[in-house]
Amino acid sequence: MNPSADRLRERFPQAFVRAEVVWGETTVFVQPGAVLDVVRYLHDDEAERYDYLSDVTAVEYRDLELPLQVVWHLRSLPHRRFLRLKAELPKGAPLVVPSVFPIYAGADWLERECYDMFGIRFDGHPDLRRILMWEQYQEGYPLRKDFPLRGRFSRSEQLRQALAAQPESRYSMHELTIADAFEDLPQDMRQRLARGERTGE
Amino acid sequence: MGLTTQPERRQVTVSPGQGEGWITTRLDFLVNWGRANSLWPMPFGTACCAIEFMATAASKYDLARFGMERMSFSPRQADVLICAGRVPFKLAPVLRRIWQQMLQPKWAISMGACASSGGMFDNYAVVQGIDTIIPVDVYVPGCPPRPEGLIYGIMMLQEKVKRERLSDERLRDEMEPDPQSHLYIPPSAIDELSEPFGNSVHQTRSGL
Repeated sequence: MNPSADRLRERFPQAFVRAEVVWGETTVFVQPGAVLDVVRYLHDDEAERYDYLSDVTAVEYRDLELPLQVVWHLRSLPHRRFLRLKAELPKGAPLVVPSVFPIYAGADWLERECYDMFGIRFDGHPDLRRILMWEQYQEGYPLRKDFPLRGRFSRSEQLRQALAAQPESRYSMHELTIADAFEDLPQDMRQRLARGERTGE
Repeated sequence: MGLTTQPERRQVTVSPGQGEGWITTRLDFLVNWGRANSLWPMPFGTACCAIEFMATAASKYDLARFGMERMSFSPRQADVLICAGRVPFKLAPVLRRIWQQMLQPKWAISMGACASSGGMFDNYAVVQGIDTIIPVDVYVPGCPPRPEGLIYGIMMLQEKVKRERLSDERLRDEMEPDPQSHLYIPPSAIDELSEPFGNSVHQTRSGL
């Protein structure tokens, strides 16, 4: 059992649901609403230091009564630990969990993919759009169990909608420009770039 | 190659010593001969077929023997589009755009099972054969095809090019897609052709 599980149980008695160990990997179930607090603690606390979010995904079981599970794979490079965090979303209720984008910027595309494939909304994500399917895709969320393998529409209708799309329109100007990344660069690199020097060598 | 054979049943006087050799042929034979032996491919590689395509172009199989050593990564300078690999629906307008950017005369080779029919990807995301998007001249079967298979397909295309006649104007007509369906062929034909077959019938609906 990952020692982080016991500390989560003590620190978040309301949000902690249960913990289990499968094949030496610890999974902690928490309440969906508390995910942001839990992840912030796991990221910031000196004893935890989970500084790497390796995946955000979801699981839906064939059994209709079982809830959807949203899964976060957290890795602590300083302490060499791996923790799987899960939140269960009952069917019927809106599928919403907090976004961990404020903590991990790398959650951006992971959460977009999870939204695209499962229809789970990540509250607080700055740009929650489809990422694998095109934005005008109308057939639903492909990895949900009620989604037919071949899609909902006929093949000709799928082709018609796909061909009607403009390939260029899929990218926002924000994605097409790298100028915004300038602000995120270190101060010395910005100064060198401002002087016209080359960097990175 | 027949280029220098002299016409039969005609009295021709040639004086080799004078350096006045001459050649006679049909114009479209000459044009087709040149075209067929300098097809510049536009490689549209999306999957593992592209790896075999690279092997075909590399030194061991040496596609340059057939005049195709010059990969044209600009569609405007390409003669033959080689679609190597599966095409998702999201890529369909891109493939159509590239095909429309190519100049006439142009041909298309569908390389591999996925490009030709969707292959095993009978699912929501993959086009069931690129012939629903662009006209295809040669289909190369295989998963992926060996380089010999692709070379055989290319040589079949060369035979087709050599049989074309300049007087046949239909060959150079740029097809316009139907404005409603954006398709070259009737939607009903696509639905009928892409019906599932075999066991995949049972995969169409999950039952939930």
